[in-house]
Amino acid sequence: MEAHSSEIFVIGLTVFFLACVIGYYVVWSVTPALHSPLMGVTNAISSVIIVGAILAAGPLGHDTSKIFGIIGVTLASINIFGGFIVTYRMLSMFKKRKLKEKNKT
Amino acid sequence: MSNSMVSVLYLISALLFIFALRGLSHPESSRLGNIFGVIGMIIAIVTTLMFKSVLSYLEIGLAILVGGTIGSIIAIRIKMTALPQLVAAFHSLVGIAAVFVAAAAFYDPESFKIGQFGSISSSSLIEMSIGTFIGGITFSGSVLAFGKLQGIVSGRPIVFKYQHIINALIFLFIIFLIIFFINNQSPTIFWTLVLVSILLGFLVVVPIGGADMPVVVSMLNSYSGWAACGIGFTLSNNLLIITGALVGASGAILSYIMSKGMNRSIISVVLGGFGGEQANSTSKDESDKIVKQGNAEDAAYILKNADSVIIVPGYGMAVAQAQHALREMGDILKNNGIQVRYAIHPVAGRMPGHMNVLLAEANVPYEKVLELDEINHDFPMTEVSFVIGANDVTNPAAKTDKTSPIFGMPILDVEKSQTVLFVKRSMATGYSGVDNELFYRDNTTMLFGDAKKMCENIVKSLN
Repeated sequence: MEAHSSEIFVIGLTVFFLACVIGYYVVWSVTPALHSPLMGVTNAISSVIIVGAILAAGPLGHDTSKIFGIIGVTLASINIFGGFIVTYRMLSMFKKRKLKEKNKT
Repeated sequence: MSNSMVSVLYLISALLFIFALRGLSHPESSRLGNIFGVIGMIIAIVTTLMFKSVLSYLEIGLAILVGGTIGSIIAIRIKMTALPQLVAAFHSLVGIAAVFVAAAAFYDPESFKIGQFGSISSSSLIEMSIGTFIGGITFSGSVLAFGKLQGIVSGRPIVFKYQHIINALIFLFIIFLIIFFINNQSPTIFWTLVLVSILLGFLVVVPIGGADMPVVVSMLNSYSGWAACGIGFTLSNNLLIITGALVGASGAILSYIMSKGMNRSIISVVLGGFGGEQANSTSKDESDKIVKQGNAEDAAYILKNADSVIIVPGYGMAVAQAQHALREMGDILKNNGIQVRYAIHPVAGRMPGHMNVLLAEANVPYEKVLELDEINHDFPMTEVSFVIGANDVTNPAAKTDKTSPIFGMPILDVEKSQTVLFVKRSMATGYSGVDNELFYRDNTTMLFGDAKKMCENIVKSLN
């Protein structure tokens, strides 16, 4: 059991470091003009933590962990909807002026 | 659904998140990226709902509905100038959600397949504690950052004696708590850990203020990612680990870019206190120097007769909500055949990219909005620099005066243009507390007043 769980940990660690490397290169390629939308979208996707909250809220019954799960789902949902919508709003402003510019010329 | 099916769907979701970030490399591809992000999130949620153990659809559905409605209303209503505090508030939610998920895993480890209550494996407990710790810090740090940005709490850095020693001791205490928690798995210790982490979050953000806020907001962005990572390790969930790492890396890089924009190490920003004491010691001997003052008509005259104008916006533009009036002014100049461009300093505003979003909101074409490196060498060929709501980022003392607190900070070389117009509310110093010698130069004209009103008056005069 102990060997098994350490194996899972190492797999997690592998995934973690590879993801950090990907994150490093992907984020450096983001244009500075879009750093605010970057914060918006990272904020939205970090709420993927909702996955853990759903698992906690999943079982039938009314124990402590279920209540925590439901609260977690609610909070993460605020973030998911809020984060994606506010990012959408920011990005659509970058679109608008492009169109306007084309119409003028 | 089989375990491998779940893993594949989570992998797809993670890939979509990577594409969502990749899309931001250009404004054109960014909206598609955002859609990828949304699809990735839907896949993640639906996949999790298909788990055998997940049965209470009604409660979960209601929670998503309530949270989603609140989030949507806030995001639709928020003004673009209030973005920094909105982002800070959202970070706090990720932090506290991480704490709740960790608490749920602690009370009901069976749902997450990490053992039974009271006999969770040590490695899971360590991961859980780290997730809780970072989540707690993210929560309280973001709440305080929100308060500072919203103006509920004073934006000035608050410094007190032995601050860093106290923080270090609290950190040691947290390590001690975690070790204790692993050994006895007591709920009391768990909640003590939560409370102490929350306390530390407040203490970490308290000494940081003013123009250092972009670094704080980016750092909290990073923390929220690491918190998700910690929970990912606890639940052995690769999707959470990958996403957390992406967000963590993103926030860390933004913090790095921001502190580099001020020529300061992240550590010195984190230690805080910048601009606190210096603000009072403004050199009074400058007061007898002559300042050339102008009004909107003068400015309009100077602008109308120029060939090229570079506009340098700063936080003051955001405060005055002057971006629309400013764009109107820029449009009139452009229609008169004058080249108008915008120069953005990396730390302008209160969050990374703040100025770009505000100018985008006002329909300024993004091709005209340039970063420091792209435009700095053009100032000598520029007739008029129009500085609106910015100060320290134009101060030549950063290049010449070794004793200046801002020495070494990359600045926009507005002093090299033929004429500098400074829109400011008063002669007050910027966040660094340093006097700007540009104000006293012969080729500088100060335009005192509210940034928005000044732009509107210039527009009137131009017409």
